[in-house]
Amino acid sequence: MRPLAISHMCIASSVGFGLDATLAALRTGQSGLSPRPFETVTLPTWTGEIQALDNIRLHGEHAAFDCRNNRLAEVALGQDGFAEATRAAIERHGAARVALVVGTSTSGILQTEQAFRARDPATGALPADFPYEQTHNTGSLAAYLRARLGVEGPAFVISCACASSAKAFGNAARMIASGLCDAAVVGGADSLCLTTLYGFHSLALNAPGPCRPFDVARDGISIGEAAGFVLLERPSSRDTAVHLLGYGESNDAHHMSSPHPEGAGARLAMERALSSAGVGAEQIDYINMHGTATKVGDIAEDLAVFNLFGDRPARGSTKGHTGHTLGAAGIVEAIVSALAIEHGLLPGTPHTETIDPAFHGRYQLAAEPARVDRVLSNSFGFGGSNCSLVFGAP
Amino acid sequence: MTLQVFVEGAGISGPGLEGWEASRAVLKGDAAYRPAPFEPPPIALLPPAERRRAGVAIRLAIATGLEALTRAGRAPATMAMVFTSSSGDTATVTDILTVLATDRREVSPTRFHNSVHNAPAGYWAVATGSCEPSTSLCAFDSSFSAGLLDAAAQAVVDERPVTLVAYDLPYPEPLNTIRPIAGPVALALVLTPWPTERTSVRLTVSPASHAATTLPDHELERLRLSNPAARGLPLLAAMAAARAGAVHLESAAGTGATVMVEPL
Repeated sequence: MRPLAISHMCIASSVGFGLDATLAALRTGQSGLSPRPFETVTLPTWTGEIQALDNIRLHGEHAAFDCRNNRLAEVALGQDGFAEATRAAIERHGAARVALVVGTSTSGILQTEQAFRARDPATGALPADFPYEQTHNTGSLAAYLRARLGVEGPAFVISCACASSAKAFGNAARMIASGLCDAAVVGGADSLCLTTLYGFHSLALNAPGPCRPFDVARDGISIGEAAGFVLLERPSSRDTAVHLLGYGESNDAHHMSSPHPEGAGARLAMERALSSAGVGAEQIDYINMHGTATKVGDIAEDLAVFNLFGDRPARGSTKGHTGHTLGAAGIVEAIVSALAIEHGLLPGTPHTETIDPAFHGRYQLAAEPARVDRVLSNSFGFGGSNCSLVFGAP
Repeated sequence: MTLQVFVEGAGISGPGLEGWEASRAVLKGDAAYRPAPFEPPPIALLPPAERRRAGVAIRLAIATGLEALTRAGRAPATMAMVFTSSSGDTATVTDILTVLATDRREVSPTRFHNSVHNAPAGYWAVATGSCEPSTSLCAFDSSFSAGLLDAAAQAVVDERPVTLVAYDLPYPEPLNTIRPIAGPVALALVLTPWPTERTSVRLTVSPASHAATTLPDHELERLRLSNPAARGLPLLAAMAAARAGAVHLESAAGTGATVMVEPL
């Protein structure tokens, strides 16, 4: 593909709001994970919760969209002048020429979980004014952002479980290359809810403590919540922004919730991303792995990465910073990748102490300064949905 | 800005709409639409465990996609897929919400992994052995037109055939009252960036927000308005009738499209 410039970014996660707070957390190894119980959840697990969301409400013309997921998106939009940068992009290109492709897995379903607890005891009916379209529906995030930002190009949600907001880069890049738009708001938001906490519990995948990706004693994931967005545009000649160089997508065709044991689908996604970027494996300086700290997921990814890249590039998982933010993991780690390139940083793998001796290559436990020209970032989801992205210096 | 794609095959499933051949007369307007109870078939391509776990939404989407590919004479394992749906697997999501409102909150692991919006894409890959890319997207009542724009962009940019599957089905109560959806309904199109010997029609697709094209048959129009996937019916009706002209697709949720249809 032709490289696209990431002309603006914003992020909110449990390590902090904004690019400066995120960069500081990456440098110091700060983690947003805590054992504080979420909502009425009684499971013995840690989460990357953003407590401030409890006290935020969407008001005025967008009040109907009020739910945890859209509040989270709003917090992210308020960082680093992103809403203003989108307005400037609309002025440059025209509102109809700016598209919006964003990912989420569970949208505002927490709202419906709470509404089910408030059903009429006699009739079983939900509250009549329950705003399904603006909160629960998977498309709600795109509808909210479209209304909020004034974008009038094609706007939709990608929902491919934990690969959602990584895959959104591919859809947006194709949309720009096809000429349907000149710029796109790309990203995603996923917020804590009972469906995912109890769902991953049913699969025995929640860690009792903080997640420890690739550790010999790793024992599951820590679910987090986050939102992030970028503006993707054709680069100008003076561009100093990090570029999206390539993307690769594949399906495992193996199982709904277990990865292919040798990571065949993961490898295919990485190969396609390198080919799309027109770079060789030896040109990648850091691999931001999916690395959720499940027993089998980490094995498959370690093998797939080793088979394709060998020992050399530094690799690690930043899930110990933010938790696994599910549908937002792709955008969070895209922004981590961009910060690594911009600020010359190899991020670490917080909470991990002893890399599983069965694993291969150079795992980056603590962050360190280094020249980073190109990063490959992996996001893999249920349904065997895989996506790898390649980012690079201009 | 417009995108030009060609249609090699179509699939359709719904009450009284069991397959493209059987539905042509109704779509052309030669026969009145008569809804009849419809249940998507089991997917023979799935291994026994997955076949058991595949609910109505998954069977609906996969069966309709396979119909379109059979008509196009293309191998499913080579195909990039775009699945689009407003509400996904409505029964599975309702089961989970019901369990979460009880004290025990014992979510079934199978229901949990089936609840993701991309469950049909995951089962599709297992059924067909395809490792090719797939997208699963949503734009509420504009899901059909958003999916068509996305699939057309992929066909043109990646220069490869892409199969679009739009599907939606009713929620059980209590969500049915809040978000009534008729059906189940699914539509599928095999799109190519160039004409082939199987091409029947050229589509020129662009984002737009015109009032949607309606259907002359009142019952069919009612179906169009009550199921997001059925918002694509005017396009299939124009194709069935080999009728040239513009078809405007639902834009109420933001992402509408206008399609110029040219029978070849």
